[in-house]
Amino acid sequence: MCPGCGAPTALRQAFMGIDAPVVVVGATGCLEVSTTVYPYSAWRTPFMHVAFENAGAAVSGVEAAYKAMKNKGNFKENIKFVAFGGDGGTYDIGLQSLSGALERGHDFTYICYNNQGYMNTGAQRSSATPQNASATTSPAGSVLPGKLQRAKNLTEIVAAHNIPYVAQTSLHNPMDLIMKVKRAVETPGPAFVNILVPCPLFWRIDQGDQVKLCKLAVDSKFWPVYEVENGVYSLSYTPKSEVPVEEFLKAQGRYAHLFKKGKERPDIVEHAQKEIDAEWEKLKGKCEK
Amino acid sequence: MAKTLEMLVNTLARNVEKHKEMTSGNLAFAEAMRQINPDVVAAYPITPSTEIPMRFAEFVADGQVDTEYVAVESEHSAITACVGASVSGGRVMTASSANGVGLMHEVFPIAAAFRAPIVFGLVNRSLGAPVNIHCDHSDSMPERDSGWVQIYCEDAQEVYDTALLSVRLAEHKDVLTPVFVCQDGFITSHCYEAVEMLSDEAVKEFVGERTPHYPLLDVDNPVSYGSFVMSEHYFEIKRNQMEGMFNVPRVYDEVSKELAAYTGREYPMLDCYRTEDAEYVVVIMSSAAGVVKDVVDDLRNRGIKAGCLRVRMFRPFPREAVKDALAGKKGVAVLDRSASIGGTAPIASEVKSALYDLSEKVPVQEYIFGLGGRDFFPKDAEMVFEMLEENDYTSDARFIGLLEGDK
Repeated sequence: MCPGCGAPTALRQAFMGIDAPVVVVGATGCLEVSTTVYPYSAWRTPFMHVAFENAGAAVSGVEAAYKAMKNKGNFKENIKFVAFGGDGGTYDIGLQSLSGALERGHDFTYICYNNQGYMNTGAQRSSATPQNASATTSPAGSVLPGKLQRAKNLTEIVAAHNIPYVAQTSLHNPMDLIMKVKRAVETPGPAFVNILVPCPLFWRIDQGDQVKLCKLAVDSKFWPVYEVENGVYSLSYTPKSEVPVEEFLKAQGRYAHLFKKGKERPDIVEHAQKEIDAEWEKLKGKCEK
Repeated sequence: MAKTLEMLVNTLARNVEKHKEMTSGNLAFAEAMRQINPDVVAAYPITPSTEIPMRFAEFVADGQVDTEYVAVESEHSAITACVGASVSGGRVMTASSANGVGLMHEVFPIAAAFRAPIVFGLVNRSLGAPVNIHCDHSDSMPERDSGWVQIYCEDAQEVYDTALLSVRLAEHKDVLTPVFVCQDGFITSHCYEAVEMLSDEAVKEFVGERTPHYPLLDVDNPVSYGSFVMSEHYFEIKRNQMEGMFNVPRVYDEVSKELAAYTGREYPMLDCYRTEDAEYVVVIMSSAAGVVKDVVDDLRNRGIKAGCLRVRMFRPFPREAVKDALAGKKGVAVLDRSASIGGTAPIASEVKSALYDLSEKVPVQEYIFGLGGRDFFPKDAEMVFEMLEENDYTSDARFIGLLEGDK
């Protein structure tokens, strides 16, 4: 992985939450490519990568075979199944396959390490890329201020499948992340954990700043951490003193065009703040029910 | 004759219980699936193969099988789930057609490279556009380089027998390669005919249990599937994979003989119908071979030495057997039910290539027929034989049964 990448940090924490023998399925992406370079493997577990858009279907097949063979008495131990993908493999190209697996109710945990764009191919925009971020397929130019569209709220889309466990977390709070993965894996049926993971190359931040950026994202309510357990929402963290989103944006080179001397866009920053506040209120409303 | 007798004796010796049913190609394949009782079936409906997952779902609903039936949301997910289940160590089957097969395209070579012995009922249907639900081979032919075995069946009986046989072939340790069991959409899949089936016990005995190699679920001995492999090793891995395909003819021969001891029926890779002393031979695949065989009989009655070579195994292509069967013939016509637009049609290309090393040239005419389910009549086959007799060849493909003629 690149120096300062948040993905290995997040996944190392995630696997701290899993005690049982586990089989891992990965979608194509930075993490898959860099951890399975033949003839080596960074995984001490069985590992399978089929393609980019089908980690949900691949883990479905593995889990189905396990169930069939367990019923025949071929397995005594209980094996857990974890699939992971970046936001490209989860929000975009793999969404159908994930949705199918969730709807069918396979017993597995899907972990999305969300760095908000296609990093394996060089920082292209995805549907997880926030509005106004400059990505290589939505660059900030003399006319356009980066990506025009808002990010898709995948966690809510997943929650709408009425699966037993859905959570959002961030790598700056290891206990929150580990406990959420633990709950996800221990919950029978499908579970989903969406982890915010900075990419220094795309976000254009210092290599040592992954934790700082995640904390800013959460304290500015840009990335709320919460869970949905059997349909019941609960916030895992409420910032004691809210940080304006401007601080989160300013800390990253991908928003530099909004703060360029003489070409500042306070209107965009203000609009972003309004939207974040509105989303937060919506989420709070769901948590209070 | 001696061989047939030997098979008959073997069959009697085994005293295998059998029964006949009026059934279709689809339902014969589904019935074979019930008897095979796979660990996992992941499938998605598409005409004309839909009856296979539908019938199988009934078996699941009635508790007649132990299978985990995964009713996925697309063909891409169907084949992906099959790959996951197969490398986990399960016995896995599925079915599809046409654009469903097209959607699976990305995953076929992955299945083959993972050495996942999936058995796949491929019910041939034309690939859109325009949308057409009837038979041609334009769906399976693009997959001929995917690393899967391709067997094309002439009728429902052959579909049933081949389904059983393919489980053993695919899972054999020297093969470990997925198999397409192809049948013609509607013509074979939906027409009812008498099919002789083995008892459940006999099928169970024949297919046995799968012995998985390096299963993903062996958590004590973890393995990786689908690693990232650059130029240092990729070529060697692909070459190793080919070994499985190279071993198919030997294993196929063993397994089909073993099945013949139960059924009394044996299917060689090439079905040579009156070709031995024939002067003119039509090469064809699947259900349309029946029409050609009828015409061959008629022509023989009129003193014309005609023959029909039905290619049953297309991958691996039985090159030597084709060469031997066609050497010295006065003329050969190859009838493809798919086109390679801008190139030579798939079977014609293979046949011409197989005949290349013969010192004496055998003239070959390429024909395209039956696209989108266009009927193929005895008069069409007669016309092909007539043109062979008249020594009438073109370097381009001719088209059979086009309303505006073959231009």
